[in-house]
Amino acid sequence: MLGLQAFFFYIFAFIAVGGALMVVFARNPVHSVLFLILTFVAAAGLFLLAGAEFLALILIVVYVGAVAILFLFVVMMLDLDLGQMKKGALRYAPFGLIIGLVLLAELIIAATGGAYHPELSQTTALPMQPLYELSNINALGSVLYTRYILFFQLAGLILFVAMVGAIVLTLRHKEGIKRQSISAQNARNPATAIEIRKVESGRGL
Amino acid sequence: MMPDMLSSSLQIAAPELILAIGAMILLMIGVFMGEKSAQTITGLSVAVIIIAALWLILVTPLGVGFGGSFVLDPFARFMKILVLIGSAAAVIMSVGFAESERFNRFEFPVLVLLSTTGMMMMVSAGDMIALYLGLELQSLAIYVLAAINRDSVRSTEAGLKYFVLGALSSGMLLYGASMVYGFTGHIEFTQIAAVAAESGRSVGLIVGLVFVLAGLAFKISAVPFHMWTPDVYEGAPTPITAFLAGAPKIAAMALLTRFTVQGFEPLSDQWQQVIVFISIASMAFGAFAAIGQHNIKRLMAYSSIAHMGYALVGLAAANTEGVRGVLIYMTVYLMMTLGTFAVILAMRRRDGMVEEIDDLSGLSQTNPMMALFLTVMMLSLAGLPPLAGFIGKYFVFMAAVHAGLWPLAIIGVLASVVGLFYYLRIVKTMWFDEPAEAFVPMAIELRAVLWVTGLVVFPVYIFVSGPIFAAAEAAAKTFF
Repeated sequence: MLGLQAFFFYIFAFIAVGGALMVVFARNPVHSVLFLILTFVAAAGLFLLAGAEFLALILIVVYVGAVAILFLFVVMMLDLDLGQMKKGALRYAPFGLIIGLVLLAELIIAATGGAYHPELSQTTALPMQPLYELSNINALGSVLYTRYILFFQLAGLILFVAMVGAIVLTLRHKEGIKRQSISAQNARNPATAIEIRKVESGRGL
Repeated sequence: MMPDMLSSSLQIAAPELILAIGAMILLMIGVFMGEKSAQTITGLSVAVIIIAALWLILVTPLGVGFGGSFVLDPFARFMKILVLIGSAAAVIMSVGFAESERFNRFEFPVLVLLSTTGMMMMVSAGDMIALYLGLELQSLAIYVLAAINRDSVRSTEAGLKYFVLGALSSGMLLYGASMVYGFTGHIEFTQIAAVAAESGRSVGLIVGLVFVLAGLAFKISAVPFHMWTPDVYEGAPTPITAFLAGAPKIAAMALLTRFTVQGFEPLSDQWQQVIVFISIASMAFGAFAAIGQHNIKRLMAYSSIAHMGYALVGLAAANTEGVRGVLIYMTVYLMMTLGTFAVILAMRRRDGMVEEIDDLSGLSQTNPMMALFLTVMMLSLAGLPPLAGFIGKYFVFMAAVHAGLWPLAIIGVLASVVGLFYYLRIVKTMWFDEPAEAFVPMAIELRAVLWVTGLVVFPVYIFVSGPIFAAAEAAAKTFF
């Protein structure tokens, strides 16, 4: 079982890393987005292997189903000048590389230099029951709307602000737009809609 | 969580609920009544803030709610009252601006209410997730507010710049928070402190601590995370700058204080170094960079950077006296900032708003009352006795001296002397330069804010200082 698990882990891990690299290196932005979807799916596979089936499904439903498709729309609708973007990316590459290396070094120092708290797995804020006793959704649901209700509501409030903000910054009421008025259309009757004229033969109107 | 626990939690969080629900109702009113409802909604939103403040003072019980995520202690209540005063004053001061600049956006007061909800959450945050969510709610609303004048290039630039840098700082904060969680296994501040006391300092925990501090330093615009401040202050519409300079700074300072003093009390020797450094850097940079400014909003940006440095002097002391100093300093800072912005919002000629320092020339002859009040504000910002600004500085510096941080206090005093130069330059422009064209008469609501804050800065604070100091003392004792 362990062998099989390791086998699938490496398959998904390679696909995820390879896909992520191709997101950056693909010349065509549409291909980039497609590779992004591949990366998401591979990551979902990794989540499944780790026993987090709910996260795996959410990743596919939300990220592949909504976010990546939205990216695809944006890429296709924006008129992207690729040459310009590559130039910009190259100019910032050294800087980004330095920051990435610093963060990596810090992570390595932090993870290897300092000792973890010995009983960390027992003392975590809300340790989960073993997976064979409880499904993911059960475990999430038992805290999300009880212990963490405040965070859930706050996150909702943040999304609300995001929605209001998007409308505030983009909505413009234009003058002189012709809008469909269904009630006006339905209120029309033959008397107001049709005009009957006698046309003499051989002559136009 | 049992239902009775939930109801007690909701009682503790009632002021936040009032603000959030009020904002939603006002938004609906605005949507159905259209742009012409802006004035009504502005008035109603001030009423909502006042109701929330009264509820907070009179009804809400102190306690811990939502399983420790939401804390209402004397410290939180003190800071929340300041936040609510700052927000209400900013909304009141926007009325005249909205009328004369055709800035009829009913979303402005609604977003201020939502942002204030976020600030109240920040002040009450008992763990890392509440910290982050409160911060994000507050910031997101302010990003939109900074860019709300979307036809102005400077306003949109301010919003975009604030947004990008704010997102970066959120990233740092989250990175740090994940490290802290990874090395302690807890998100609650009290639990983090317990684990840190037990297991001592580990490199990972300190890395996490430093990253969170960097993220929070951005929000109070302390050097070296101050770069956004002058551009955002200058670019955002002036009522929004007035809002930005007051309440959010107080909330972020409260959060920083709670995070360091409560969450990392066992590691205080570690974060003290960081706080001392950003405090010195902010005081020095704020003092010197403001000298060359011509735009009064930019000048106030550098001034606020310096003032955050002074407030951090108190935090660096890391004891009751220091935290009390921070509380008193932020109270005084709020009053001075609101008063100064009331004057800046009144800098209007017939052809529109002006914001250059030269436009204040000879104000003592054209509008002596405004000149007098602005002089009081400037001298108080500089920290001259017997004004309130001096009292604020006195308490933080004395706390630092008593905690053995002599150099910090001396640098603070030196920076104040440098700062005095540019504050006095404004005073000199008003009293000794040739008069420029007069401003249009000051709107009634600006005059009210200016009178109240001006009289608090001198001399009313002398009479109310007793209860305020007692409240600050009680609030500071929360942590020790």
